[in-house]
Order: sequence, then C-alpha cells, then structure tokens
Amino acid sequence: MTQASASTSSPRAADRPSDGLSGETLCKWLYDMQLIREFETRTMQAYQQAKIGGFCHIYSGQEACAVGTIKSVEDDDPIVLAYRDHGHALARGLSPRACMAEMYGKLAGCAKGKGGSMHMFDKPHWLFGGHGIVGAQTPLGAGLAFAARYEWEVLGKGKKKVSLCYLGDGAIDQGAFHEALNLVSLFSIPVIYIIENNGYSMGTAIERHTANHDDLISRGKSYGIKSIEIDGFDVLNVYDQFKPFADECRDLQRPGFVDLKTYRYMGHSMSDPQKYRTKDEVETWKEKDSIAALASCLLTPESEGGRGCLSEDDWKSMRKEIAEIVRDAVQFAEDAPAPEVGAELYSDVYINPMPQLSPMGEYTHGEKNPLL
Amino acid sequence: MPQLTLVQAINTALAQEMERDDRVLILGEDVGPNGGVFRVTEGLQDKFGKDRVVDTPLDESGIMGSAIGLAIGGMRPIPEIQFEGFLGPAYDQLVNHAARMRTRTRSAITVPMTVRVPVGGGIHAPELHSDSPEAIYTHSPGLKVVMPCTPYDAKGLLLSAIRDPDPVIFFEPKRVYRSYREEVPDEDYTIPIGEAKVVSEGDDITVVTWGAPVFQCLGALDNLPEDVSVELIDLRSIYPLDVDTIVESVKKTGRCVVVHEAPKTAGMGAEISALIQENCFLYLEAPVQRCAGFDTIMPYYKLELEYLPETPRIQNAIEECLAY
Ligand SMILES: Cc1ncc(C[n+]2csc(CCOP(=O)(O)OP(=O)(O)O)c2C)c(N)n1
Ligand SMILES: [Mg+2]
Repeated sequence: MTQASASTSSPRAADRPSDGLSGETLCKWLYDMQLIREFETRTMQAYQQAKIGGFCHIYSGQEACAVGTIKSVEDDDPIVLAYRDHGHALARGLSPRACMAEMYGKLAGCAKGKGGSMHMFDKPHWLFGGHGIVGAQTPLGAGLAFAARYEWEVLGKGKKKVSLCYLGDGAIDQGAFHEALNLVSLFSIPVIYIIENNGYSMGTAIERHTANHDDLISRGKSYGIKSIEIDGFDVLNVYDQFKPFADECRDLQRPGFVDLKTYRYMGHSMSDPQKYRTKDEVETWKEKDSIAALASCLLTPESEGGRGCLSEDDWKSMRKEIAEIVRDAVQFAEDAPAPEVGAELYSDVYINPMPQLSPMGEYTHGEKNPLL
Repeated sequence: MPQLTLVQAINTALAQEMERDDRVLILGEDVGPNGGVFRVTEGLQDKFGKDRVVDTPLDESGIMGSAIGLAIGGMRPIPEIQFEGFLGPAYDQLVNHAARMRTRTRSAITVPMTVRVPVGGGIHAPELHSDSPEAIYTHSPGLKVVMPCTPYDAKGLLLSAIRDPDPVIFFEPKRVYRSYREEVPDEDYTIPIGEAKVVSEGDDITVVTWGAPVFQCLGALDNLPEDVSVELIDLRSIYPLDVDTIVESVKKTGRCVVVHEAPKTAGMGAEISALIQENCFLYLEAPVQRCAGFDTIMPYYKLELEYLPETPRIQNAIEECLAY
C-alpha cells in the first residue's frame, strides 16, 4: 500500500476555500458524513439478518470523498457512479427511507425495489445511478456532461455545468474508461473523473492490478486532461483542492481527472473474508478517521486552531438525531410493501405496453416510481 | 469415491488437468489468493504458482483477448469471468476473434480456450449477476457452449472442454454450486461435448432442460401423479446440441416441454421447438411448450423466484401439455 504517502499539498492556510465556510455549513457536512456512516452500519445489520439481498458494498471510510466533492458543485450538476453508491446518494439528498427501501427490495425504493444496493437513482437530485458493470459508467459520464454542454452552448438554455463521474481504482483498468478519457479530452467535455482510490479492486491491491500505480494522474495527463491527486481522508482538504478544480472545469468547460486517495473499512462486499489485508492495516486508517477528524476540528476552539463551531452536546444530539433518522428508514423499509408480482414483474421494460411483448405475462406500466 | 459439490468437482478437474498438461493456465479477477468470487479456484495458486493461476486487472476485454492470444500461441488458457453479466466487455473478443479464428485461417489456427462463467439466477443476486445468456453465444458459430449441472458431469465436461481444440464457454449454474453433492471418481474421465443425458426415462412426455432447472424439473416430476411417466433430458451441452436424443424421445412420447431460465423470446426453447417440428412433426400430440424466464430484465431478489421457472410453473406446463 502506497496510499499513506498521498500528496496533500494544500494551498496556504490563509487562502483555503474552506476558511470561508460557515460553522453551520461545516456542521451540515459532519452531519452528512455521520449519516452515511450510521446508515451503512444499519445496512450491514440488515444484510446480516438477510433483510437485504443481492450484493452490498459498504462505503464506510470513504465518506469525505462523496461529501467533499458533492458539496463542491451545484445541486443540479449531474452525477453518475458505480455500485458503491449509498454514500453519494445520501450526500446528494436521496431520502434515507427510499435508499433503505431500495435495498430491501420494496416498492418505495428509489428504483421500486427492482435494483437494490447497486442501483441508487434520484433524477430530481441529478443522480444518474448506481451501475453494476465496473467502468461502464465512465462513458455515461462523458455523455451526461456532453448533454449539459450541448444544452448550454447549442440550445442556449440552462447554464454551465460540470458533471461528476466516480469510479474505483479497479475501474481504471477497463478499456471503456480509456475510451471515455480520450473522447472527453478531444471534445472538451466538462466531466470530472473522480477515482476513489481505496487501494483495492476487490481482493487485488492496486500495485497488483494496475501499472504505474503510484502515478495514476499520469493517465489523465497523457490524454491532455488536467489531473490532480487529493488526500480524500480530510474533507476540508478535499474541498480546498476540489472546489477550485471543479470551478475551473465548469468555467472552461473542460474535463478533469482526480486521484482521490481513500480507504474502505469494510470488506469489498458483505461476503468478503478479507484475506488480502491485515487488521492492523485497517486500524491504521481508522486512526485518522475523517469523521472523527472533522468533529474534532469543529469542536476545537478557534484559539487552538479549530473552528469552534460545535459543542460536545451538539455533537451528541446530532448523532442521536441521525441514529433516529436511520432507525426510521429501516422501519420504513421493513413496513413498506414488496413489489406486487402481477404489476411489477413485467413492467418498466418499454414505454408502450404491446400485446406481444411479454409472452408469459400481461405487460403493464406497474407502479409509478416514487421519485419521478 | 468422494462426494463432491459442483464447486469441488470443477476445482478438482482444474487441478488434475493442470497437473497433466503444463500448458494449462487460469486467468481472471481474484482467481489467485481469493480463489475467485465463488472459490472455485481456491488453493490452485498455492499449488501451481502465480504463473499458472494469474490474478488479472479488472478488464474482461483484456482477459478474453489475451486468453485468445495465449491459445493461438500454443497454450490452453482457462479465463474466468466472474459473472455472466460481465461477459459484455469481453463479447467483442469472444465473438469476433475466438469464434472466427478457425474459419478466418481455414483451420490453420484454432483457439483451444475454455471460458468459465458462473451463470443463472436463484442466489438472490441482483441483475447482471443472474442472467442466462447461453442462446446469445450459441448464436455465434464457432463457439461451443456447455452447461453441466451435476458435479460428475461438470468434471467430465470440463476435461473435454480444456482438451477441445475449439473455444468452449463453460457455464456453471451458480445456484447448484454448493446445493448438491454426488460421487465423483478421482480418475480422469471425459464426457463428450454434444451429448445429452436422459435423467429419467418415460413414455408420456419429454421434458428438455439444462442447468439449474434440471433440479426444479425433478421437483415437478415428484409432484406429478405416479402414473405419469416423464422422460427428463438434461442437455448438458447447448451447442453442439444433441438433436438425436431429443428427437428420439419426442417420437416416443409425442409431447415436449422445454424449460429454461433465459427469457422466452429467441431463447434455446425456440430452437428446440423448431427442431422438433422439423424432425417429428407427425409424432406430435401437442404443441411444444416453453416454460421460461420472462421477456423482462431479471428482477432483484424479491421477484426472482417469480421470474425463474420454479417447480409449480414447470408442473403446470407439463400438465397442460399432457391435457392438450
Ligand atoms: C465488468 C465487471 N467486472 C467485474 C465486476 C465484479 N466486481 C465488482 S466490483 C469489483 C472491484 C472494483 O474495484 P474498484 O473499481 O476499485 O471499486 P471499489 O470496490 O474499490 O469501490 C469487481 C471486480 C463487475 N461488477 N463488473
Ligand atoms: Mg477500489
């Protein structure tokens, strides 16, 4: 693991963009990160109780990545990503209830319980999923950004947008990603590829799965794309570096490439014996936990170098409130009705019900998606 | 004789063939220390080393393409694709190179490669992890496609596949991986590609299936009245297809139900029905029935068993066909 040596060359303390953030904003970020952590903890419990099926990829450890980057862009900048998607969905505003119900396979889920853990979608929040084929979302990110630029430049509507496309370090090995990089550079498409580099592709450590692993940004650069490395464990640092980067990509309507160094605390999925790493390695990362670090910064008085915008009591009641919200989401998912076979098995394949479409069942539209 | 699961039988066959032929090598994502997603290659890297059990990057196109290169370069590669849904990125290599190399070179160069792929539903996995794409690859001349469902057949067919001079897609029904054990001989034996197996003999109706539904069909047979005599055929090989065994059986019974997990439209059931009417039209007492998956995307697990041809639906289809 070479993660520990991640470059963290933040701008000088005085002109850090995060210095301008209000205490309220920072507390909201802490709230969002803690919400993801708590949500994932309860997700693991539900999975272990066989309430959640399919495969389930836990985001714990990486919270600063989703929160720091998503808070650096506008709410209507499009986002597309892979299957480790609960954290981004929550950070983007997907209701914890719809997120949990989706994993429970319930109708109230964001994809009507037909997608599960890997398929978090929230069109009103400009979240375009949650996709299961590793790397396949990267050309989609190019297309989303292309559409946004087309809308602004050709149709003369809307505004300058920048799209975010997340992928893992494993996904950079896929051919589709390289095709996407070439295309977005050639056409100057405003999408930022954010590699959440947690050092592993399933059970294969980065030095065993990708060439030149300690210089990933050379790939972006080789396509002529502006590329930077960011320590993704410190949410303020993520913001400080990513915000100006994203602003520039938006302004100049051009692509970006970010090697965002992070670490996942849990196994690749819920069924991972983790033979490929030691408990010590995991513990070392947990010591610099991003949530604990942000909380401590907000709790520490300004006179001692912190932000002093949070009291111990506030922090305690914040965690309590979050625990309650997640408990409520679980209860909601438990109680929500399952998709009804007659209506849902044959629906949502095409827009127009046609008599010959589904030879063994009447084709219908099924229930309206709760998020549309 | 040891009692083995499908996973163990495949693992044993791989180990024995690697022992026998040092040109055989395995490549895939996490096939090494992890032993693959389903632990089918567990222990093989310890035994044969990193040169012969190769953990690849996450790049199905690269895995498949380089396996084809290895094969035409004289090796016997066994690429593993973690789930059938991930064949997508490898499709181009499989269909445009592996399948066509022999014809393109007029048999000067062949592709002796065995692609191992877990297939099918029934394990509560999401979409992309539960599909049955056997018809897609059958529709590509040049590829052989097999799908054994018992440990015994899996070992024999895998050894045939690895020794075959042409590319074989070896689909492993993941629902059966650990759910069924049987005696598997230690010694080397092969089952020819292209031979179906008559699982149970009968006179009233023929049921043709393959993969995990074989077990669902057996369940349906148990539920039928005792005086109904069903001939159950497990194809084992999808392509080449054992037309003779099917035709001989249907000539005897006059009725046939084809059962598969894949969507009904343009599934293998359609091909088999066509072959039956071409070969035994005058023997038929009833239209050939297809009991299959629906023409929709495989749903997440709450609806999974509604999608798959489970025992009650198969039983229904058999009864309807008998009553015609
Ligand atoms: C095309 C394809 N191949 C393989 C897989 C199985 N798979 C799912 S995640 C994964 C590892 C991906 O690692 P990375 O991109 O680093 O993301 P992380 O899990 O670390 O977030 C693999 C091999 C898949 N889903 N799609
Ligand atoms: Mg990773």
